[in-house]
Amino acid sequence: MDFDLMASSLPKLLNAAVVTLKLLSVSLIVGLLIGLLFAILRLNKNIFVNQFAYGYSYLFRGTPLLVQIFIIYFGLGQIESLRESFLWVILKEPYWCAIIAFALNTGAYTSEILRSAFQTIKPGVIEAGKSLGIPSKIIFYKIQIPIAIRQSLPAYGNEIILMMKGTSLASTVTLMDLTGVAKYIISTTFKPIEVFIVAGGIYLFMTFIIHNVIKFLEKKYSFNS
Amino acid sequence: MLKLKERTMNIFKKTIFSVLLSLLVIGNVNADKIRIGTEGAYPPWNSKDESGKLIGFEIELAYTLCRYIGKQCTVVEQDWDGMIPALIMRKFDAIMAGMSITAERQKAISFSQGYADEVASLAVMKGSSLEGLDTPAGINLTKPNAEAKKALKTITAALAGKTVCVQTATIHQNFLDSGDVGKVNVRTYKTQDEVNLDLASGRCDAALAAAVAFSDYAEKSGKPVVLTGPTFSGGAFGNGVGVGIRKDDTELLKAFNQAINKARKNGDISRIAIKWFGFDASM
Repeated sequence: MDFDLMASSLPKLLNAAVVTLKLLSVSLIVGLLIGLLFAILRLNKNIFVNQFAYGYSYLFRGTPLLVQIFIIYFGLGQIESLRESFLWVILKEPYWCAIIAFALNTGAYTSEILRSAFQTIKPGVIEAGKSLGIPSKIIFYKIQIPIAIRQSLPAYGNEIILMMKGTSLASTVTLMDLTGVAKYIISTTFKPIEVFIVAGGIYLFMTFIIHNVIKFLEKKYSFNS
Repeated sequence: MLKLKERTMNIFKKTIFSVLLSLLVIGNVNADKIRIGTEGAYPPWNSKDESGKLIGFEIELAYTLCRYIGKQCTVVEQDWDGMIPALIMRKFDAIMAGMSITAERQKAISFSQGYADEVASLAVMKGSSLEGLDTPAGINLTKPNAEAKKALKTITAALAGKTVCVQTATIHQNFLDSGDVGKVNVRTYKTQDEVNLDLASGRCDAALAAAVAFSDYAEKSGKPVVLTGPTFSGGAFGNGVGVGIRKDDTELLKAFNQAINKARKNGDISRIAIKWFGFDASM
């Protein structure tokens, strides 16, 4: 074990963890909006609308994230008409390609989490609102959404942790995230065990933080308190 | 009923025994073989055909060298970025993967004498502003002369602010990181194939790799990839390509050095090189 190497790579890896956290937070915010939109579409009575939303979640949950990121980065880069369009400004950058892939992926899972949360809301709650004369729009925003968010917290916490680990795939499209920098250090020192132990430790620490924040939120918004 | 159970138990035991035995036998056979690691993604040095079989200059040379050593060989595949760690962890006994002999790598492993040499070059897409740089045909960076220094200055000015793509953990990456051509925006990829794809898509302003890697890609893909600037050798680019061997494996190192001597003398290396490169890259 080369402890000197572990110590000297720690600051570089911590710097890279910032990139990982940036990727994670941007994709989660965009993914949450996508997820909420598609969860609502899934509950729509129109068969074309809800089947479209189902198709999206089926496609992105049914294929590996690595394949999605490769199709968006290397695949779309092969289409010449796309390269000449305004979209290329965004798709040229590995950072945005990674964000698009991560957001679409986590959006698909989030839409499923939120949909099932909406469906667990007891009809009595909505009926109570109606009988008080509250307009259905307000029932949706003030009653259904808050309950759904509370219901989906444990599952969504898992999704955040899965996504955090998923961001390590950003290194396959040249981004220097935590995994990317770890690989770079290994490429000059040829000592994968030491470097990956430190990188793994940082991932574990981030999981620890996320896990506890979610636990805190769960407690705070629990129905019993 | 009991008998049947006993009989199945017996068959079960026998199967386990024979599987264990065959594992032992296979283990022994493998111990006698030299396992050679290659990447299989760096044509014409080493690559794969449509059926997934490893082919290329180094695959053919590996089997030739093993004939001179007088041992059986198997060539196994390994991702480039894990090549040296895999050798150290004994996943195989030797590396033949277009790996240049550099001081940095020699800290971790030993190298045989060089068996072939490659020159590196920048490549751009036809029509790029970087095409046709005013530099000599080739420069050596071991002890750069005035001409080479001037060429480096020209390249530094041309590449300022540009994105240059390379395969990770290569001499080409080392060269760009060394600062000899100023601060360029270096992007690293897992394989040379991915470097080629992004050069063609326009994400890279230029790419740096073995000159043959680009000419091979241009020929096979039909994409207008052209070389620009001088060819590079020496310095960060190392001293030819050799067989990588674990430091404690001095016997194997000796065996490979002798085999390379014999193969060179008999013209085998030149013959195989001309077959795969189209010119004599042997050394």
